[in-house]
Amino acid sequence: MGHGPAVKLGKDNASPYKAALGVKMFFAYTFVYAVFVALNSLSPATMEITFGGINLAVIYGVGLIVLALIMAVIYNIACCKAEARLNK
Amino acid sequence: MVYTQSPLAIGLFFMFVLGVLGISFYFARRGSSAESYYAAGGNIHWFTNGIAFAGDYLSAASFLGITGMIATAGYDGFVYAVGYLAGWMVALFLVAEPMKRLGKYTFTDALDAKFNSKGIQLMAAISTLVVSIFYLIPQMVGAGTLVTPLMGLPHYAGVIIVGIVVTIIVATAGMASTTYVQFLKGALLIIFSTVLCGAILNRGLSTAPNQGGTKEYHKFVTLNADESASGDLQLADSSYSVAANWKSSAFGEGGFVMLTKEGAESIWHINENPEGGYLLEETLYTTELADGTKLYNGAEAEKGKFFAVGHMKEVIVNGQSVVETGALGPLDYLRAMQNSTVVLWGKKYVHDGDKKFTIYYQKPTPGSKVLRAGLKFKVDNATTTQKLNYISLMLALFCGTAALPHVLIRYYTVPSQAAARKSTIVAIAAIGFFFIMTLIMGLGAMTNGVLNITDSNMSTPLVALSFGVILFSIISSIAFSTVLGTVSGLIVAASGAVAHDLMNNFLGLKMTDKGMVMAGKLSAVVIGLIAIYLGIIFEGMNVSFLVGWAFAIAASANLPAILMILFWKGTTAKGVATSIGVGIVSSLGMILLSPDMYVRYGLLPTDAPTSLNNPGIISIPLSFLTLVIVSLLTRKDIVPELDAEAAEA
Repeated sequence: MGHGPAVKLGKDNASPYKAALGVKMFFAYTFVYAVFVALNSLSPATMEITFGGINLAVIYGVGLIVLALIMAVIYNIACCKAEARLNK
Repeated sequence: MVYTQSPLAIGLFFMFVLGVLGISFYFARRGSSAESYYAAGGNIHWFTNGIAFAGDYLSAASFLGITGMIATAGYDGFVYAVGYLAGWMVALFLVAEPMKRLGKYTFTDALDAKFNSKGIQLMAAISTLVVSIFYLIPQMVGAGTLVTPLMGLPHYAGVIIVGIVVTIIVATAGMASTTYVQFLKGALLIIFSTVLCGAILNRGLSTAPNQGGTKEYHKFVTLNADESASGDLQLADSSYSVAANWKSSAFGEGGFVMLTKEGAESIWHINENPEGGYLLEETLYTTELADGTKLYNGAEAEKGKFFAVGHMKEVIVNGQSVVETGALGPLDYLRAMQNSTVVLWGKKYVHDGDKKFTIYYQKPTPGSKVLRAGLKFKVDNATTTQKLNYISLMLALFCGTAALPHVLIRYYTVPSQAAARKSTIVAIAAIGFFFIMTLIMGLGAMTNGVLNITDSNMSTPLVALSFGVILFSIISSIAFSTVLGTVSGLIVAASGAVAHDLMNNFLGLKMTDKGMVMAGKLSAVVIGLIAIYLGIIFEGMNVSFLVGWAFAIAASANLPAILMILFWKGTTAKGVATSIGVGIVSSLGMILLSPDMYVRYGLLPTDAPTSLNNPGIISIPLSFLTLVIVSLLTRKDIVPELDAEAAEA
């Protein structure tokens, strides 16, 4: 059995752009996640601060999940545009 | 706990299992090539694949484990959900498209695409097998846990049912059937979890949860007591008697006292009374006798003396103390929890002669502490090791997702890189939505008087049961099919590692297309039997604990290799193979030598050579470092880049 993709893939000139964008967005998200872990482990009392009756721990945790979706959608839009532009 | 079996629940369960088998046989007739078996022909629509990703990922650990952990330890269960979901960003931003570009059937294909190295083929296949089997164990244990209340069958029966059904599924149709089973299951899981959340919010919070008026909650008794000058314990309720050595007994040293009333024994938690004397609070306890017999509150399980728990001590809404809130929106529900006090349950072990007691005692906890870290993981006034343990767990959860073989092979089922990316985004949306709901479902299970304190894994089905047998039946059947689907995916990944990576590539047994499918199916049967055996012997082991192992091993063994191949041109085949080996050995070794494992060996945790329970913070960097050092030492082995088509496609 040879190697290579299960289906024949076309040439993708947008790959370098998408990879570079992915790395940048990965580091941005990782930073936000790292702050979350640091606050929970090093300063848990900070997470008790409330905003509108909801504490920071819940807002930050749910926020990380929502942020993941928002960043994923932005990434997809940017990738789709790059594919349309570079793979004409 | 005593469960009453419902014909509806059993009927729905069989309907789900037969439906899953029907899908499997249908797809078995549609294709018999290797592409079909291992990668569903690469023709799955990205949306279907995205929901199937969610189906794969929302395994027994997520559906049962996270909700159960939130139900018993609050926010510390929710951080698992945050960590699991965050891991998908690694998959989306760094791994999804390159994996699709480089691989064909298995995760090893992608790692080996550039090198064609026997070392990588062997190590990656071993890694796939090890991670898949470690992920299989908790799924099988979860299956065994589910069948007891659902069908009244013992644990091993559930494990065997799942093992046989899944082996039939995988041995007949492979990736196509598992994809559609996962799609169906993932969609149903999200729909009915939303229904369950709505029901929990509609009921609100109560200090005496009566399950919508259908079941009266247990009234906990508190006794007043004083200590006489001679040291005797004098009880205000004279119908109870107490032994003279109450303070020096094994119970007394643990902060408890055993009382007797009309010949029946009970254990009480001793609290100081602010007004003088003591307040004795009712506990629940299990007793393990010398012959292995287990008693619940001093009687056999069938007697039903062990009851469900979970209630609010005090409910505060808008600054007012109320008995119950009535229907609440999600934000108001969280606000009410934040301001109120919940009765959680502590656990202590007491050995009295040859009897082993596990005592569960009431622990009123402010909602503000329930909704932040610290109930399960020690973070307040914690030692450096305790903080490192927490950070290490969160690192493993973050890095593990993008390194799980059964998740990675799903990228081969879609037709293009864009489809791989879009399916990941659908997965993030579906999984993220579900994980947010786990917070409500977990808090609902915590406060609705439904918790089986000896097995938190059952929290979701039991809170569903409090809303009627129909919702319970559906949720339990979905949970069972969750296990079926996840185990199917894992067995496909593991059988691919054996047939394609080890037999075909590493050993060079050049098989025909049909031969490789047959080898995969036979491997699936053998792996299925191994999974059944492990599922039975690991009964009672914590599901989340086992999944933590799988994530740590995957993150240590696979992720450094994946990322460095993609982002460092200096990576060599020997560097990759060595790093996978070091990742497996270091993570597995640290787990086996951890304090948690020493407790399971019956040894003292302080005797463990390492104080870390989660190896990720050591084993992941070690694996990266190994790859870099070995690659630098073997630079002469670097081969030219992939041919232009493969690299740029």
